[in-house]
Amino acid sequence: MEGKFDIHILFDHWDRFSAGFLHTIGSSALALVGSFILGTIIAVMRIAPLKPLNWIGTAYVEFIRNIPLLLVVFVFFLGLPTLGVPLDGFTSGTLGLMVYTASFIAEAIRAGIQSVPSGQSEAARATGLSYMQTMVHIILPQAIKIVLPSISNQFINLVKNSSILAVVSGFDLMYYADLINADTFLPLTVYTIVALFYLILTLPLSMAVHYMERRFRAADR
Amino acid sequence: MKKRSYVSLLLILLATCLALAGCGGGKKNAEGGTLAAIKERGKVIAGVKYDTKLFGLKDPATGKVEGFDIDIAKALAKKILGDENKVELKEVTSKTRIPLLQNGDIDLIIATMTITEDRKKQVDFSDVYFKAGQSLLVKKGSPIKGLEDLKKGTKVLAVKGSTSAKNIREKAPDATVLEFENYQDAFTALKAGQGDALTTDNAILLGMQKQDPNYELVGGNFTDEPYGIAIKKGDSEFVGVVNDLLKEMKESGEYDKLYEQWMGVKPE
Repeated sequence: MEGKFDIHILFDHWDRFSAGFLHTIGSSALALVGSFILGTIIAVMRIAPLKPLNWIGTAYVEFIRNIPLLLVVFVFFLGLPTLGVPLDGFTSGTLGLMVYTASFIAEAIRAGIQSVPSGQSEAARATGLSYMQTMVHIILPQAIKIVLPSISNQFINLVKNSSILAVVSGFDLMYYADLINADTFLPLTVYTIVALFYLILTLPLSMAVHYMERRFRAADR
Repeated sequence: MKKRSYVSLLLILLATCLALAGCGGGKKNAEGGTLAAIKERGKVIAGVKYDTKLFGLKDPATGKVEGFDIDIAKALAKKILGDENKVELKEVTSKTRIPLLQNGDIDLIIATMTITEDRKKQVDFSDVYFKAGQSLLVKKGSPIKGLEDLKKGTKVLAVKGSTSAKNIREKAPDATVLEFENYQDAFTALKAGQGDALTTDNAILLGMQKQDPNYELVGGNFTDEPYGIAIKKGDSEFVGVVNDLLKEMKESGEYDKLYEQWMGVKPE
């Protein structure tokens, strides 16, 4: 029995696998939307024509990007409760993921914005658009197209990183996998099944990245 | 030709191993029992844990092994040989302790060993020297006083895949069980307010309570896993010696003193 692949595990423990899968999807989706919005705000702050905003943006990116994700999650899970903000494992894990991933997305978007030729922004400002209007209507739409592949890569990382929830008992796939493994001690089976669940989420993202890269390369020709 | 010499070499090695193993067993199975062997040797050889807080823990700085189990071994040496330092400690694990005792490598096992019917078939046990069992640790002043207070909405922290996690699901089916990688993580989560109670063996909880007196054990044990001292099967003379020792220690108050010294609280 030991070491053998036994697909019955999937059906015997379907309740826990599916609960874990749903929590992983939920946490990833929330963190994805949140990190995209937060990352865009940070990116705009980094390049805004206002020094204090630049500093805040740069400080955020350099600080968060260069510390471990686990640490960010522990700030929410263990740190904030001592200040009177009780957050459960799922919430603190998702917030940690969002804050962490936002720093990478901010970097990607900043690079994208700065790769839009400066003539675009000069022309927009010349027509009387404000800085914010130029950003929202002229620069960001072009920048997003350029950075979509690298942002998608960050989203793939985000889905994989959501396994951090297992450490703070956030009821995700990895959390339940550990419990099922403790019950059955069929680690190869249990973790292979879990790997397939992750692939269901990440492979489409990965294929989308390839598709976009091909499209943009064709468009540039 | 070459192949054959390898085979014969292997056979010789195998035979030697078997012979040595046989001799070893025969020599150690000397007559006269454990007590006579200890007196002749002039020291007690006790199998103890080196990795268990409060019971038998090796201090990495000094290399000394200390704990409740160790002090009982010392008391035994004092009783038999008149000197508590005439003890040789040997590290055992849950896996190695019974074979080591059966081989005669150690005189007795004092290593957080739960008395069970299965084990009674392999070794003899002394009287209970520590009442272990699953219990609850809560913050002092918590409304939770025992199992019955673990109602819907209360969060109980445990270690992933542990027997205590399974037990608490059965005994408090309405409570939410949150499981962590290890005891330290679970205790940290309890301190951060991520749960209302932490559950595992009282021996581990006593260690946490000692580490942070803001937390206390409540509700007593709700499983029964009494620790006993294991002695070679059939050596009833030596079982008697150990039981006499435990009785004397309890009557003289030495047992209570040691218990409080290690566990931080008086025995119930």
